[in-house]
Amino acid sequence: MSADTALGTQRSRAFLASGTLLLLGLLLIAVVLGTGLGSVNIAPGAVLSALWQGVSGQALEGDAVIIWQIRLPRVVMGVLVGAALSVCGGAFQGVFRNPLSDPYLLGVASGAGLGATVALTLGWSHQWVPLSALVTALAAVTVTLLLAREGRRFPPTRLILSGVVVGSVLSAATTALMLRGEDRARQVLAYTLGDLSFSGWRDVLTVLPYVGLGCGALLLLARALDTLQLGDLTARSLGVPVERLRLLVVLFASLATAGAVAYVGIIGFVGLIVPHLVRLAFGAGHRTLLPLSGLLGGSLLVLADLLARTTPLSQVGIVTTLLGGPFFLWLLRRENG
Amino acid sequence: MADGQKADGKWPMANGRQREALLEATGLEVRAGRTLAVRGVSAAFCGGELTAIIGPNGAGKSTLLRALLGLSPVEGGTVCFAGRPLGDQGRAERSRRLAYLAQSEGLPPETRVRDVVALGRGAGEWRWGLIPARPWSQADEDAVDAALERTDTRQFEERRVTELSGGERQRVALARALAAEPQMLLLDEPTNHLDLAYALELLRSLRREVDAGLGVVAVLHDLNLAARADRLLLLCRGEVMASGTPGEVLTPEHLYLAYGVKAEVIERGGRLVVVPAD
Repeated sequence: MSADTALGTQRSRAFLASGTLLLLGLLLIAVVLGTGLGSVNIAPGAVLSALWQGVSGQALEGDAVIIWQIRLPRVVMGVLVGAALSVCGGAFQGVFRNPLSDPYLLGVASGAGLGATVALTLGWSHQWVPLSALVTALAAVTVTLLLAREGRRFPPTRLILSGVVVGSVLSAATTALMLRGEDRARQVLAYTLGDLSFSGWRDVLTVLPYVGLGCGALLLLARALDTLQLGDLTARSLGVPVERLRLLVVLFASLATAGAVAYVGIIGFVGLIVPHLVRLAFGAGHRTLLPLSGLLGGSLLVLADLLARTTPLSQVGIVTTLLGGPFFLWLLRRENG
Repeated sequence: MADGQKADGKWPMANGRQREALLEATGLEVRAGRTLAVRGVSAAFCGGELTAIIGPNGAGKSTLLRALLGLSPVEGGTVCFAGRPLGDQGRAERSRRLAYLAQSEGLPPETRVRDVVALGRGAGEWRWGLIPARPWSQADEDAVDAALERTDTRQFEERRVTELSGGERQRVALARALAAEPQMLLLDEPTNHLDLAYALELLRSLRREVDAGLGVVAVLHDLNLAARADRLLLLCRGEVMASGTPGEVLTPEHLYLAYGVKAEVIERGGRLVVVPAD
């Protein structure tokens, strides 16, 4: 190996390391701001020392109580959900080789929406809402997979089309239910717009396994996803079982997305935009794309939730869509230019 | 078959030596959709030889190539690599020995050339073909370096694929295929979308690899490029119409029967040139 390649590899490694550090720094800032700002503002130094109190197992007192019991679970939930949506968005864009894919492509979101609506309009107790959403979200993806199946294969185009159909049908059903149970319509709407405000530590611990398992598996499949970018036939000639890969990515991404969406509602645009941003800055290899998307997505969702709490936009899903839409257009123009 | 006599897997070579078949199809039948696109094809491909598969559109050239790689289910007949049926060799083993360059191969955008070539190291030793089972090694690194060197793509290894011209991309794709250090390379219309200069350059690169011992099989449309191969296999309606040296295959009769075109075949500077008469 000649000196200049060694340098090249070192340079790209250093670049990657500095990117990771940068995004970790951003995440820390987002967490400190997210926990510090609110009806009572707490200075960053105080936030850090309160966080340290909790981590080192000291007794909590003063602001540390607000931080640990009220604000931190919401922020951690934001990090988890933002990371999950972004990692899954990146994986879907890779597995479908389609930059417009997002984690809701195969009907997870509309499935979750229907489940939550059923639970809310039937007046089930609050703890059943996310469970109902989770079950219908996973059921929706299963139906999409069954509709798209062609023997033992799951052709990408058929998957996407089936996802669109399942999504539309379920959304129509959700709207119908919503109109019948008018007095609950506001709650349903709030859910479908995404909301982190009810998140407590118990919710965080419930979501964690879905997100951890789903995203962890996707990270392991990152190199196979890279190979898939050469095309199905070439990837198969290189020894990658393409159909199995596609199915596994869809299953794990849906698991993580369903877990996240069931507990906080449908938060738009994060899973679409964050992978694009990371690709633009750090290149398209999935071994960097997926983890860095997770870091950036977690930070951005916490900041979006901060805007939602402190401005009249009121819900995090409104913030991400309102800011995300125009931003995505700008990104597209930039990529084409 | 017009291809001499076969005796114990040895095929007579143009220069009188015996060729040892590396990749061998016997009575191969392959479906493309509902139609039988390859009908009873027998052919042998050797290391250190450049074979071009020619024939009119829809003759079954690409289908045959995919079956030779073990990428399409075979309806009848067998494909053997180094004397063993391809079906008995695992996905991993196949991917290490046979490399494939697809028609207009997708190169991932926003990816450095070097990283694209590194993808060619393949999933041969991965767990279930999905998860790398061993860390990236110096041997991998060296193979990538060699592939870049041999295709003259070293100078832009740090650039992104999106910044390259069509000819440069095809060289990167070739480097990707060579990075696996295969024994046989199969290419599907590699000169498509290339201008004459790039097409000739690609053939020169392939010739260098062949001289170094690699077996190359390429589907080619341009008969004048195909005339530069060591051997030709002329397919028509899924069957072998002729096979052998360019001189044996590129005859006015064969061309008329296969393409329905009257053509003269003349010799110019030691090479055959096909000139359509109308």
